[in-house]
Amino acid sequence: MELASLTVHKLRELLAKKDISPLDICKSLISSIRLKDSRINAIVYFDEDIIMARARDAEKKDRSNPLWGIPVFIKDNICVKDEPTTCCSKILKGFRPPYNATVIERLLDAGAILMGKTNMDEFAFGSSTETSCYGPTRNPWDLDRIPGGSSGGSAASVSADEAISALGSDTGGSIRQPASLCGVVGLKPTYGRVSRYGLIAFASSLDQIGPITKDVEDAAILLKIISGYDEMDSTSARLDVADYPNLIKRDIHGIRIGVPKEYFIEGMDPDVKNLMSDTIKKLEELGAICEEISLPHTEYAVSVYYLVATAEASSNLARFDGVQYGFRFEGAGSLIDMYKKTRGFGFGDEAKRRIILGTFALSSGYYDAYYLKALKVRTLIKKDFENAFGRYDAIITPTSPTPAFRLGEKIQDPLTMYLSDIFTISANLAGIPGISIPCGFTKDNLPVGLQILGRPFKEEEILRIAWNYEQATEWHKRTPPINKTISQ
Amino acid sequence: MHYETVIGLEVHLQLNTKSKAFCGCSTDFGKPPNTQTCPVCLGFPGSLPVLNREALRYALKVAIALNCHISNKIKFDRKNYFYPDLPKAFQISQYNQPLSQNGWITIFIAGSEKRIRIRRVHLEEDTGKLFHEGETSLIDFNRSGIPLLEIVSEPDINSPEEAYEYLRTLKAILEYLDVSDCNMEEGSLRCDANISVREKGSERLGTKTEIKNMNSFKAVRAALEYERDRQIQLLENGGSIVQETRLYDATRNITESMRSKEEAHDYRYFPEPDLVPFEFDDTFIEGVRKELPELPETRKKRFIAEYNLSDYDASVMVNEKSLADYFERCVQLYNKPKIIANWLMGDTINYLKELGKEIEYLKTLKPEYLSGMLKMIDSGIISGKIAKMILMEMLSTGRSPEEIVRERSLEQISDDRELERVVNEVIEENPKIVNDYRNGKQNAIIALVGKIMAKTKGKANPQKVNEILRNRLKIV
Repeated sequence: MELASLTVHKLRELLAKKDISPLDICKSLISSIRLKDSRINAIVYFDEDIIMARARDAEKKDRSNPLWGIPVFIKDNICVKDEPTTCCSKILKGFRPPYNATVIERLLDAGAILMGKTNMDEFAFGSSTETSCYGPTRNPWDLDRIPGGSSGGSAASVSADEAISALGSDTGGSIRQPASLCGVVGLKPTYGRVSRYGLIAFASSLDQIGPITKDVEDAAILLKIISGYDEMDSTSARLDVADYPNLIKRDIHGIRIGVPKEYFIEGMDPDVKNLMSDTIKKLEELGAICEEISLPHTEYAVSVYYLVATAEASSNLARFDGVQYGFRFEGAGSLIDMYKKTRGFGFGDEAKRRIILGTFALSSGYYDAYYLKALKVRTLIKKDFENAFGRYDAIITPTSPTPAFRLGEKIQDPLTMYLSDIFTISANLAGIPGISIPCGFTKDNLPVGLQILGRPFKEEEILRIAWNYEQATEWHKRTPPINKTISQ
Repeated sequence: MHYETVIGLEVHLQLNTKSKAFCGCSTDFGKPPNTQTCPVCLGFPGSLPVLNREALRYALKVAIALNCHISNKIKFDRKNYFYPDLPKAFQISQYNQPLSQNGWITIFIAGSEKRIRIRRVHLEEDTGKLFHEGETSLIDFNRSGIPLLEIVSEPDINSPEEAYEYLRTLKAILEYLDVSDCNMEEGSLRCDANISVREKGSERLGTKTEIKNMNSFKAVRAALEYERDRQIQLLENGGSIVQETRLYDATRNITESMRSKEEAHDYRYFPEPDLVPFEFDDTFIEGVRKELPELPETRKKRFIAEYNLSDYDASVMVNEKSLADYFERCVQLYNKPKIIANWLMGDTINYLKELGKEIEYLKTLKPEYLSGMLKMIDSGIISGKIAKMILMEMLSTGRSPEEIVRERSLEQISDDRELERVVNEVIEENPKIVNDYRNGKQNAIIALVGKIMAKTKGKANPQKVNEILRNRLKIV
């Protein structure tokens, strides 16, 4: 039995019985990473000595902590004190934050072992993890394909058993879409559920940190740990955290699920479409009532998103100016020259594209036509969901219109790339929670994800539907060929 | 041609809250560079701002005191621009929904009241501070994130003198509120000015320039005088004003072009997504209103009613809170307000001006000393003339009047025999003046009194000297 392939809850059982030690788990992960990561490239920072030391150190710590001895990988845009945190951008090379993000503090308090940093699109700008300055991550199910993005490293590492669990961040689908494409579980909590303090901001009004795990129960366990009000984040909600792991195991008989017709678009992969039909049938077998609904403003989501997100990003990324930390172009002739060359050499193409887009959207004379209008349409999109949740407990859609595409297939065509987030973006605009779970495989054996969206701060409801579906299916038990080949 | 000057002032005020606007760092002035910083005020990636409620309360105090309409909704915006002293490359400020708008203050100019409207008062954060040492530049972020209040006037100010009075009045109010050190040299109060001129009677505003870099109220006045004259001269010579920002050079007393309108920044304001807008109810505002101290205008009215001071005297007394407080402490010890006001306005202030000291200097002169001295005059122990001398000595040494009088034997001479002796001496020594008087030159007596006072080193009781002298001169 490979410990690296087990879930958090299974490992907790084994740890509690003292059948295994944290060191055993870490060793298993390290050998898995050694075997596979040169090909997958999911991990961008990891130090075996440090991890082994932490695993040994765990023995001295309180075993009753909920994540005692459980390894967690962290997306490279979440600050870990004194460890490289670069957003996979050249402009932050060498940056080691002087503080921990709130989620890191909470993981450490719960006894988790920090494993290192996972690959991502530069500053989370992308849907394929191809824009990382450390090179692309590959999909464990097919190494010629992308793992999705931007949390592609987190999703691929969990999928390839290089990680037990990982944190990602989701601004427009960056947790759910790679989880879907890598065949794992990814949860984007309600905006305000998890503190953003220490998450290097992409778009402040959309960003949320969430777990990427091997199954639904693990997502519930991690969510419970990282959620809750944080006085360091004014946008975090002053609401109690539910006992997610215990609330998800009730049946879903009579639960009302809306299936928005706007999400069954032209250009959708036929396998994805068929799997969705199967999924609906399965949910109905489990007692859910599925009905077609309409979210009329869906078609504007991508446009609204790329105005709001880039506007905020242009401002959030302005601080990377070479003055205090990270990369600075040496030998510039003047201050302005230093700014230009630092940012010119430090940022990749996609980062520059989004900064320019956002700067333009906020410019005087254009603000009303673009940014302000986008905010108004955002409100309409939010209202669509409010209306739907008046009658339905949850909404289901495919997480992505297609399975994982090939490396390089869309990287030269930003507009096509932007459309890969078409099903996930609305949840961020509306601030509602969403989860992606495996719901089948294409003919080419590529995983497909089901997205379940829920009412604000009702993560337990979508987790419950997800858990029930997962229990009734076997999809989550499949593992990518690379795991089998190597362990044999 | 006659011109009218139109001025609007923009004041930036550092609030003296204990901690910064959006983090817990201390706001103490003068600490070693970069010792009062954290990831938030250093703008580190991932850090987030959290509003200091105390800063909001201070800001509300000012807004209420300036008679502004308070917005119940607090919303912040980002003002985006690159500069090394701005660590996030944006300043958290308030753009289209400021904390408060449409206020006013009353200034006194040329003997009458004038109302200057306040356009807006909003809360924002201060930047760090740059130091240039040869080829290198250093940044101190201790100041970064200190709460800053921007107070913008309407263009209701029509002369550099009015601008000066506006600032003086504003500062008095702010000092009463105790929300800022109001120290222009240390930068806790800064002022930029917009100025234009137009033909008298014209409805249209002229093209304005913005003047920066003034580090005292007097510098503001001087810069505006220069700029007004420059603009008028330019127009008189057929030129036109360019809309631009100009820097004041105090040593040369001129303004010089810094950047034109075309080079102006596009700040790309947008709502700060990291701070949730929130609303507060009127009871909160009422709570702050109740905490407000008595403000200069109210205090002035009270001084007029309660102490019977003239309008002018009351104005002078209340202008500086420290002087007004001092005055009231003296009144408690010596219940003749008008006399105290006279002493404080005439001699004390004149002397302090001579010393180049602010009214702060009253610290050395305890209220008991001033009232004690005044009581000594009343009881005839010292003369008014001697009292002036004692006052100067008290101000410069901080000693009590009793001590000074005792040590230098300055008690007034009221003893009739002693005075008669001196009077006789002076009469004998000055036969010519005595003759003049007797021949009907009434004023000659003044010269004789002067000589008597000189002989007694000013200690002779003037009333008694007069009495004795007149009696003696009647005797042939």
